Amino acid sequence: MAINEKMHAMPVQDPKVRARNFNEVALGYTHEVALEEAKRCLHCKNRPCVEGCPVNISIPDFISCLKQDDIEGAYEVINKSSSLPAVCGRVCPQETQCESRCTMGIKFEPVGIGRLERFVADWHNENCKKAPKKVTSNGHKVAIIGSGPSGLTCAGDLVKAGFEVTVYEALHTPGGVLVYGIPEFRLPKTIVAKEVNTLKELGVAFVTNAVIGKTLTIDELFEQGNEAVFIGSGAGLPNFMGIPGESFKGVYSANEFLTRSNLMKAFRDKCDTPIMKGGKVVVVGGGNVAMDAARTALRLGAEKVYIVYRRSMTELPARREEVEHAEEEGIEFHLLRTPVEILGYNNPDNPRDERNGFVTGCKVMKMELGEPDAKGRRRPVPVEGSEYVLDCDTVVIAIGTSPNPLIKNTTKGLEVNPHGGIIVTEDGLTSRKNVYAGGDAVTGAATVISAMGAGKVAARSIIEAFK
Amino acid sequence: MYRILSRKELNPTVTQLEIEAPLVANKAKAGQFIILRVTEDGERIPLTIAGTDRKTGAVKIIFQIVGSTTEKLNHKKQGEFIQDFVGPLGNPTDIAGKKRVCIVGGGVGCAIALPVAQACKEQGTEVVSIIGFRNKDLLILEDEFKAASEKLVVMTDDGSYARHGNVTVPLKEMLEAGEKFDEIITIGPLIMMKFVTLTAKPFGVPVTASMNPIMIDGTGMCGCCRLTLNQDGKRVTRFACVDGPDFNAYEIDFDEAMSRGRMYIPFERKAHEETCNLFKKAEEV
Repeated sequence: MAINEKMHAMPVQDPKVRARNFNEVALGYTHEVALEEAKRCLHCKNRPCVEGCPVNISIPDFISCLKQDDIEGAYEVINKSSSLPAVCGRVCPQETQCESRCTMGIKFEPVGIGRLERFVADWHNENCKKAPKKVTSNGHKVAIIGSGPSGLTCAGDLVKAGFEVTVYEALHTPGGVLVYGIPEFRLPKTIVAKEVNTLKELGVAFVTNAVIGKTLTIDELFEQGNEAVFIGSGAGLPNFMGIPGESFKGVYSANEFLTRSNLMKAFRDKCDTPIMKGGKVVVVGGGNVAMDAARTALRLGAEKVYIVYRRSMTELPARREEVEHAEEEGIEFHLLRTPVEILGYNNPDNPRDERNGFVTGCKVMKMELGEPDAKGRRRPVPVEGSEYVLDCDTVVIAIGTSPNPLIKNTTKGLEVNPHGGIIVTEDGLTSRKNVYAGGDAVTGAATVISAMGAGKVAARSIIEAFK
Repeated sequence: MYRILSRKELNPTVTQLEIEAPLVANKAKAGQFIILRVTEDGERIPLTIAGTDRKTGAVKIIFQIVGSTTEKLNHKKQGEFIQDFVGPLGNPTDIAGKKRVCIVGGGVGCAIALPVAQACKEQGTEVVSIIGFRNKDLLILEDEFKAASEKLVVMTDDGSYARHGNVTVPLKEMLEAGEKFDEIITIGPLIMMKFVTLTAKPFGVPVTASMNPIMIDGTGMCGCCRLTLNQDGKRVTRFACVDGPDFNAYEIDFDEAMSRGRMYIPFERKAHEETCNLFKKAEEV
């Protein structure tokens, strides 16, 4: 039988159409295509893909089930390792993880593992209506802070091992960054809600509107009978550039811009939360968050969206797929550029002019790549006298975040590193007894799947500790 | 969902609600705030806590009807529910060790100034209060302030009640007369707090201002509530939700805060009109 050298393409919405709607971009494999793609797996002996997965899903085994058209069987294999398959199948950077290790990928294109995972999870959500089986309680109570990817993963693994788990969420909806950060067109919120609901059916309790460090402290969680606490509170305050004009109206952090659109639903017409729509938008940064912000701005009706990034396309950290999608949709990349000032409107004759203080442009400077820095990335060096102005109405700054101070400030004995990230051992244990942590609260801004991996490590340690 | 335990109109534009939220009531201290959503899909708005009752688990909020969300909140009756209520957020007002303070409140800001005055009185701090309103109809909490203060001066902008003029007039007189305060704590419209700060400056009295910028999450995630402080010649960004809401007033860039506070005014005006029309229609039916 001839080997199919190429991965089956992911059907997507037409770029022109999708650039103006919030429906999901990638439409998912059909049943037939999924079975065909599954056939491409060689079932090699050393299973390198499993090692490439931060939560070590038994990838060849779920693909085996798929080959036999046992989709529910495939789901059960994935579900043993991942509590959020429909999420991971969409937002994981498979090209640098499982798929980058695939033996097929040495000569040809790797197996589309992420696309298959998504197919299996979506099929399960669509066709399997029976509630998951609850595990008998082992009598141990655990509190989890934050309902983002690390918290949900930790909760899932613990509840499946018999723990009584309560998840505390500061916002009004569970999901963390999956709800406030990642846009609808990349991860529909019904999918997050479904994954949360599965955990509820397994017995996980969710308490929203509970800010740990304020509403309750970690010490109080122990007083209430919890024997262990997992901190998955995520990344915190957005970084700004410290250039003139960052306080003009129309300058957003990516967190704010995305939260307004995603969590608060400002992308819908009938919504109480305002957001600047239309006009020209400059997004500063080159990560996945910058791509999400740029593509959101476009869908909100922007006539032009620019990405301004200080290095070249080679160094741009966002997933290739996201960059390609953004380019197809018409987002303009201004690479090797850095903003030096944000310009605002000022009517000297009328201090009450409603336009005063609103953004009118972003002055950028050209950069050249110099010597590699400590991380091996070539350092951008400004080209003097190369400034020019990009006219715009909105500037979104997506240059990372610093850890949230709330828990650190209210938990005695919790050690943090100089950047404010919580210090943990390999097992996810913090400097406080029975307090574990993982995800962005530890590492600073990273990926959904690495946070899930950390939630998994902590769950394993907690299970060990209470055996 | 959070139950409304009581509702009281303090004046035609200001309403007081007590919300059942025992976890918040247990923790709240003067100067902290909550964030609420009235309905599913509603916006999140910050309101400073105006008082708590730990026995009943009630958290008191006092708000002015300025937009769509506060209009909707004002239509909620006793016994009904609001969607979300989270807190206490921000840091309490730092009143430790103060012997004599002057509290300057303006408009609905007086609702937030009152618990600070009460907390001061409770710990034995001598309180002088100056409260100002646009006119007699908008006056709130006069008796409560009287009870919490050694001395109370009430001002109205139009002279329709008590003394005519704004709050900086008696403040300046007191400072010129040599009255000593460990601190002036000011809560109210930004423009008032700016001028309180300018009035106090020549006398070298520390001034703390309570800031109430636009917020979304209120927990140090989104960065919407940022403001600029001038510290030792440097401009630094701070976040009202986790670094505040109280700041050294001499460092605050009030003009920038005023400009940022007006960002969504056209949007809010339209939303408020639409909401009012909806309520009107409902009444007609």
